[in-house]
Amino acid sequence: MKRSFDILIVGIGGQGTILASNILGNACLREGRSVKGAETHGMAQRGGSVESHIRIDCLYGPLIAPGQADLLLSFDLLEALRYSHYLKEGGMMVVNRHLVLPTSVFMQNLVAPTEDSIIAVLSRFRLCLLDADQIAQEAGSPLSQNVVMLGAASHAMPLKPESVLESVKNLVPTKTIEINACAFGMGRQAAEQCSF
Amino acid sequence: MDRQYLLGNEAIAHACLEAPVDFVSGYPGTPSSEVIDVLRSRPDRGYYIEWSVNEKVALENALAAAWCGLRALCTMKHVGLNVAADPLMTSAYTGVTGGLVIMSADDPFAHSSQNEQDSRCYAHFARVPCLDPSTIQEAHDMLIDAFALSEEFGLPVIFRPTTRICHSKGDVSLGEIVASARKGEFKKDPRQYVIIPAHTRILHKKLNEKQPAIRKRLVELGYNTCFVKGRTAVIAGGIAATYVQELIPDGISFMKIGAYPIDEAWLSDFVHKHDAVLVIEELAPEIEEQVLQVTGMVKVLGKKNGYVPYEGELSLPAVAQIMVNAGVLARNPYPAVSPVQNLPLRPPILCAGCLHRAAFYAIKRVFKDAIYPSDIGCYTLGLQLGVVDTTICMGASITVASGFAHSGEPRDIICTIGDSTFLHTGIQGLMNAVYNGADMTVVILDNRITAMTGHQPNPNTGVTACGTESPPVSLDAVCRACGVTFVETVDPYDITGMMNVLKAAQARRGVKVIIAKQQCVITARRAGVKRGRYTVDADTCTGCGTCVRFGCPAIEFVDEKARINDLCSGCAVCAQICPAGAIVREGKR
Repeated sequence: MKRSFDILIVGIGGQGTILASNILGNACLREGRSVKGAETHGMAQRGGSVESHIRIDCLYGPLIAPGQADLLLSFDLLEALRYSHYLKEGGMMVVNRHLVLPTSVFMQNLVAPTEDSIIAVLSRFRLCLLDADQIAQEAGSPLSQNVVMLGAASHAMPLKPESVLESVKNLVPTKTIEINACAFGMGRQAAEQCSF
Repeated sequence: MDRQYLLGNEAIAHACLEAPVDFVSGYPGTPSSEVIDVLRSRPDRGYYIEWSVNEKVALENALAAAWCGLRALCTMKHVGLNVAADPLMTSAYTGVTGGLVIMSADDPFAHSSQNEQDSRCYAHFARVPCLDPSTIQEAHDMLIDAFALSEEFGLPVIFRPTTRICHSKGDVSLGEIVASARKGEFKKDPRQYVIIPAHTRILHKKLNEKQPAIRKRLVELGYNTCFVKGRTAVIAGGIAATYVQELIPDGISFMKIGAYPIDEAWLSDFVHKHDAVLVIEELAPEIEEQVLQVTGMVKVLGKKNGYVPYEGELSLPAVAQIMVNAGVLARNPYPAVSPVQNLPLRPPILCAGCLHRAAFYAIKRVFKDAIYPSDIGCYTLGLQLGVVDTTICMGASITVASGFAHSGEPRDIICTIGDSTFLHTGIQGLMNAVYNGADMTVVILDNRITAMTGHQPNPNTGVTACGTESPPVSLDAVCRACGVTFVETVDPYDITGMMNVLKAAQARRGVKVIIAKQQCVITARRAGVKRGRYTVDADTCTGCGTCVRFGCPAIEFVDEKARINDLCSGCAVCAQICPAGAIVREGKR
């Protein structure tokens, strides 16, 4: 019954998850494939936890069922953990090794999870961990971390990396095409050490 | 034919260009706002477009355009239709000569809303057609047909996408953008447009007489379809239909409802070919009640016997479980999985440097034991700061405050309302409070924009939807014209200044208004406003946590000391509240 390839992109409002999902949707069109997606808008964007669903080759509804995602892309360690139940058994996780503590931790004096403790839990999954912030910095702009993540995840998608790269060039601001193309390549290279 | 990967609302906006539309009005509201945002930012506009001050105003404007023979679109979120209900109900009587489509975007699960009402019920109530898309492609195609349908029957048509249509994305086939040749012309006809009792009685009868032909036409349009494949059937509408289509096994009949009113004879014919019918739809049992009216001996499973929930949104796993429980599906292919427990939440919060947080802080310091009615906007997030006691609907902060004031409640009453919300439906409440002698304080949180829905301009901003300059409303003058004598404008970043004005207000009787004016930090950043960042001097910081409890996402607390991260926008409020004076401008000391 299920024939779509389901990707969940998660992060924090403002990290560029929506652009990342647009790039994947556009890449699907380049390959003549059907695609459905869903995302968080409105009030939920104000620094909150956000999610974008992308279902490649899907003909029906846009939402991925928990336990069914083939690939989880997380721009933040804590968000990777929060949405980890969306991953199907044997599904792949590509995660930015970076933790933004929610303000609620400081305001309510909660015990803050550490990077190491989260990574320990995530290690139960097929995990590709990379420092997208650092790589984006090296590529020329910290804003390109979403494209770094797409580059890394391009190993695990049923899309040609060239299609994704073309869509990156097509959708990022003109002035930043070079930086983002570089970010994509560097992200892809950084993930070569991961077993996909 | 062009294929693009679009947001539902972008596809809907494109359909308006294909129709083509002549007149667009609306009030922002999630999940509807992007339709006008897309249309207003196109350089090649062949249509009139406005952000109106509220939904009633928007609909009456659009109605006039449709009376002139134009194609008019009026957009709003579902609760906006409550505000526009007055013109809606009677516009069904007067009808239209052009095409009038009212897009009322529903929000099952209340992702960004105060309730989960179902716009299909309004269409039923007003006796106007309703189109309820199940996919983005259908939303696109339906919108164009909605104009034609409106013109054919001379009635407004309600177009009801839900959050999962408006804010979903998909590959959409688009048609050609067409230039409109229509010119607006109003042909006077008092019997149609002046609804005195003698006229309205006749118009009501005409409205009812239109119904059978509408039902037939909607089946012909193809949005209501069915396939008979066995003795059991599933009937579904809206996005629930796509979930059913993904799951339905062979040998089960299927009917999809995308348009209302449903033709009873057609529905009855289908239902009676089966022994049992399962009805799956989000929110109200609109389809189910129709099915029950024609059912006879056929067993109906749905909301009324507990198979389908009345509230929330459906999903693939939820629909699979409903189908399993109803005996339609052998097993749920989506086994339940549970999320990791006890993670710190990351709810949406006010931005670093938001004026609302500063204003709330000052309010809380001066009005310590008060009642805080509030309203709808980003500032509803003041709930997290303990300064939002009530929120019900647009404009209700001021009216609820005056109600409290007249209810014998001894505590001070201080309410908060945004500029856009004040202009939407706040002014009448203020006038009423002054007129009836309430003792209360109103703080207008004036950030010059409708921020929460995506920074749409309003009459306070000084520009129209298209960016044309317009005279900004004087909130001060409006309040004074309502009879308020204490009206003070303050900068909420100046905590001491704002607290002094709040104290002066507290000492007075009657209705007092404080306008806390400061640009939204997001629009300020976009406009190139740069303030120096602030930093914590670790040696001076005592680790008291005052700044952390302020709740700014730029302030962290690590190793018993405060630290300011790069979200800082330089509002300097934390520097004013730090008791140790440890927060200083970067590079200064």
